[in-house]
Parts: sequence; C-alpha cells; structure tokens
Amino acid sequence: MSAYFTELTLAHFLTLGAILFSLSVAGIFLNRKNVIILLMAIELMLLAVNMNFVAFSRFHGNADGQVFVFFILTVAAAEAAIGLAILVVLFRNRNTINVAELDDLKG
Amino acid sequence: MSIQVLVFYLFGTLLTLSALSVITVRNPVYAALFLVLTFFTSAGIWMLLEVEFLAITLVLVYVGAVMVLFLFVVMMLDINLSRLREGFARYLPVGILVALVMAGELLLIIWTKGAQKLPLGEGNPDGFSNTAYLGERLYTEYLYPFEIAAVILLVAIVAAITLTHRGRREGGRYQDPARQVQVKRDDRVRVISMPAVDNKERDA
Repeated sequence: MSAYFTELTLAHFLTLGAILFSLSVAGIFLNRKNVIILLMAIELMLLAVNMNFVAFSRFHGNADGQVFVFFILTVAAAEAAIGLAILVVLFRNRNTINVAELDDLKG
Repeated sequence: MSIQVLVFYLFGTLLTLSALSVITVRNPVYAALFLVLTFFTSAGIWMLLEVEFLAITLVLVYVGAVMVLFLFVVMMLDINLSRLREGFARYLPVGILVALVMAGELLLIIWTKGAQKLPLGEGNPDGFSNTAYLGERLYTEYLYPFEIAAVILLVAIVAAITLTHRGRREGGRYQDPARQVQVKRDDRVRVISMPAVDNKERDA
C-alpha cells in the first residue's frame, strides 16, 4: 500500500487546506457577480486557513495556533454580520446585489 | 490502513465535494446548505486532530449562527438568479486555471519540505481536556486579545443594527418615557363630588 494511505501526516492536513483555499479562490472567479456567494467563498477561505492553523498547532504541540483560530472565528463572525447587513442595505437601496451594477464611483 | 486514515479520506472527500458544490450550484440557498455541510465535515476532521473545543465551536458558531444568518438573508432577498449567473461559463477556464496553479504550487511546497515525514503519532493522554487547556491560555496569556475580541463583537453588533435599522415608522404607536415620567396625578384621576343615593328609596 502506498505511503499516502499508511499513516496520517502533517502533509495530509495541509493538502486539504490547500485544496479548500484553491477552491474558494476559483469560487471568487466564477461567481464574481453574486455578493452572497462571494461572502461564502471568503468564509471557505478562512476555514482553509483555520485548517492549517489547527494542523500546525497539533503537530507542533503548541496551543497558540488554536487560540489564533479562536480569534479568527470571532472576526469571521463579525465580518459575516456586518457584510450581510451591508448586503441588506444595498438590496434595499438598489434592488440588486449584482456586483457589475455597482459602478457609481466610475468616472 | 488504520481507521484514522479511512476517516480522514472519507471526510476529506466529502469536504472537497461540498466545497466544490458551494461555488458551482445555481441556487444560493443550496450553496448555503452545502457550506453548512463543509463546516460540519471540517469539524469532524478537527476532531480527528483532537481539537475538540474548536470543532464544537465551529459547529455552534458557524452552523448555528453564521450560516443561519446567511440563509436568512438569502431567503429575504428577492434575487434574479439568471442575471447573477452571467459570466459563469466565461470565467470558468480562468477560474480552473488559477485554482489548479495555486493548488499545484501549494502542494509542491507542502510535499517537498518534509511535512509528510511528520506523523500524527499518539494522541493526548487519557483525561486530557482540550477545553481546559485552551481556556487556561485564553484567560492568562491571551487575556488582552480576548477582551479586544469581545469589543470587536460589540462593535459588529452595533454596526449591523445601525446599518439595517430604519428608524420609527410614521403612524406607529410608541412609548415616550420622558412624557411617561412627567405625568401628574391630575392628568389621570378626576374626583367628582356626588350626593349619596339611598338604594331602597330609589327602587321603591
């Protein structure tokens, strides 16, 4: 049996985080008109970062990574709340959440 | 293959597929639900890493609060889906290209720097409490950042309410505490002087 399947290593978890991060970057490219999906892609990105922090914390035997994930979760929750509030106000005023139509600042 | 490896690959596959669904499905409601699945699955993987407190926090905070907020907003807004999907096919090749290049670069670094030589090894000893361990650090070494995090959450609440609050509507009925405390006895009670009436005499 190949070495990838015999034992879990740090590389396994980092790989998962890398794949998750790449997927969310692709998501930002694909759904660049829908603000809601863009916010979801940002949440996915933070999750990928958290995955790396947790993996390094576990393999390094140090709690600092976990504490950092705790703070990232706090900031992500605040960001989601404010982002969605802005989204609601945006929809109320413009009746759209299409990023392409938000070009008022264009000269 | 140990049970740990099996669980990791099962959850990892599920995580990747649900993350892929989040960015490709048409309906934002389904995207939000797939995001819930993504968070739930990664909580499972964190459990595998014995980071129990954060795994449970992820489920409680993300699945319980943030994703419900997302679903709430998605369902509240009346969105024209077809307009928002414009350009999906156009950006698909460049999106896939960027994702593949990025993933390739990251994997190249991860698998050539010796990360695969660090085994997961033995877990925490019996009776070890991850929550107690984390709490001890959080309330001693990281007390100041912890307080700042609390302030950030407070600011977020105030900002979200200020942004979405529409003020008092016309014609609504509201209490005015200032006027309520100014009320005197004479404004509410009127004492009328009346002659007493004998009931027997009246009924007769």
